[in-house]
Amino acid sequence: MPEFFQFLVSGLTIGAVYALVALGFTLVYNASDVVNFAQGEFVMLGGMVTVFVHAAGVPLPLAALVAVIVSVVLGLSLYWLAIAPARGASAVSLIIITIGASILLRGAAQIVFDKQFHKLPAFSGDTPVQMLGAAVQPQSFWVIGGTAVMVLLLYVFLERTLLGKAVLATSANRFAARLVGINTTTIMALAFGGSAAIGGVAGILITPITLTSYDVGTLLALKGFAAAMLGGMGNPLGAVAGGLLLGLLEAFGAGYISSTYKDAFAFIVILAVLFAAPQGLFGRRTIERV
Amino acid sequence: MLAALRHRYGILLVLAIVIAVLPLAFPSSYYFRVASLVWVSAFAAIGLNILMGKAGQVSLGHAGFFGIGAYAVAIGPTHLGVPSLVALLLGCLLSALLAFLVGRPILRLKGHYLAIATLGFGVLVALVITTESRWTGGPDGMSVMKLTLFGWRASGSDTWYWITGGLLLAGTWIALNLDETPTGRAFRALHDSEIAARVTGINVNRFKLQAFVIAAVYASLAGSALALMNGFVNPDQAGFLHSIELVTMVVLGGLGSVLGSIVGAAVLIMLPQVLTVFQEYENLLLGAIIIVSMIFMREGIVPMLSKFMMGRRA
Repeated sequence: MPEFFQFLVSGLTIGAVYALVALGFTLVYNASDVVNFAQGEFVMLGGMVTVFVHAAGVPLPLAALVAVIVSVVLGLSLYWLAIAPARGASAVSLIIITIGASILLRGAAQIVFDKQFHKLPAFSGDTPVQMLGAAVQPQSFWVIGGTAVMVLLLYVFLERTLLGKAVLATSANRFAARLVGINTTTIMALAFGGSAAIGGVAGILITPITLTSYDVGTLLALKGFAAAMLGGMGNPLGAVAGGLLLGLLEAFGAGYISSTYKDAFAFIVILAVLFAAPQGLFGRRTIERV
Repeated sequence: MLAALRHRYGILLVLAIVIAVLPLAFPSSYYFRVASLVWVSAFAAIGLNILMGKAGQVSLGHAGFFGIGAYAVAIGPTHLGVPSLVALLLGCLLSALLAFLVGRPILRLKGHYLAIATLGFGVLVALVITTESRWTGGPDGMSVMKLTLFGWRASGSDTWYWITGGLLLAGTWIALNLDETPTGRAFRALHDSEIAARVTGINVNRFKLQAFVIAAVYASLAGSALALMNGFVNPDQAGFLHSIELVTMVVLGGLGSVLGSIVGAAVLIMLPQVLTVFQEYENLLLGAIIIVSMIFMREGIVPMLSKFMMGRRA
């Protein structure tokens, strides 16, 4: 049983990061129909910028803030420099553009930073907390709590503010949103900036546990995409559920079945789900209009 | 010469001439090597283009089949004592079978769901190759025995230039001919509208599956050829980034254009070779060039150029 709880906590911790990546995916996808494979790079940036700014003598909270700002600036640049000029391009072209952006960001990171692994100090010490027989890293609470706060903030933003409602309107029907006077271009830029911020925060929270380096983004993007799909593309709560589920599957799969195939579980499950339910777990069936 | 490119056999003729004449301008064996790499990648891209450009289905995991072909000729002779050529055929067979089995449920999916399913398949193949190190040498890869045919050993970059060049010609010829067959027409029909195709009596699922299997065999053959040529394989050849590279070749060259796939492959293979002079800036520039070319040439190089030529004539 302590084993079970141990896997549960580590699954939820890594799942929270997948959830944040998937949430960023969903935000961008809803606003602009773009599947952003550069999403994982913001997680990398969040971690790397914090590490290097912190190493330069800046206190950790301030370094984290700088990292989020850098992520947002790059997220906005991604939209204005690469996505907006390609308006009207096919879905595959847009995917290639975002992958080009992720190669570019990775290339920039290996020049600006380096190719080493880096660690951040845990926010509140390294002494494990004993819970139900399992040793829990205090940083896990930061990751899970931080994710909950981000989800809550996003929810409040979308449901309680005028700007958030404009985002929802743009997601629902871009043309109709424009007709009622919403500047959908600004909204799309906002979505890219917001999802970059979410990714950056995820990177800052998880780096004390998993370390970071210039090339961690690709696998995170793939798993975030898988999580978003698992929950049904375009459904924010589904994305969070998909992310947590994926994290749990990986942790239990690695613990009870095979740790060498840890990274495979996500994709086996996504294939199995798509075979059984082609619209994801929480997606709605769509009917093609001729 | 440009007019010839509008005719099906014209393309083939021009390609044959280019392959035959190009070596005259090569100062060193390095150029033979890069050109062979282009031919092999172009071959894989042409196959993927049948799936993407003709049948309108996306695959973000096609390097998986490439990897299967590559590792078939690596594992077969080394571990199982199977001759290289038989291993190559077995690789094709395995890829076709896998494509058939996986394709049935996967190809019912549409859009991004199809993208993630094929992506998942490719990642799984790469993971198996990386993990089963007893057979595959793990992340470090493994060496491949040279191809021997009736006592003749195929080695040297100029030999492989001609082998891969011949392979590319054959692949191009088949792809061009496919266009004019009922199958090719069915692909185009389901590309334009799946429902309309179904209404006219086309078995949509069967033809999608056919395109998927054809593309898988192309990729597998290309993988085998590359492995035999290099004498070495590593898991990156089956990886996600290689899948994306293949997709980018197809899209950058021009969806649906056989010639485009060759041009796309040439650009994407030669670009990193040129960019190595920029050393650590290589990835940065590669990413930037991909973005810029997709923004300004979203229809693909070949369709854009041909439109340009037509426009100037009119």
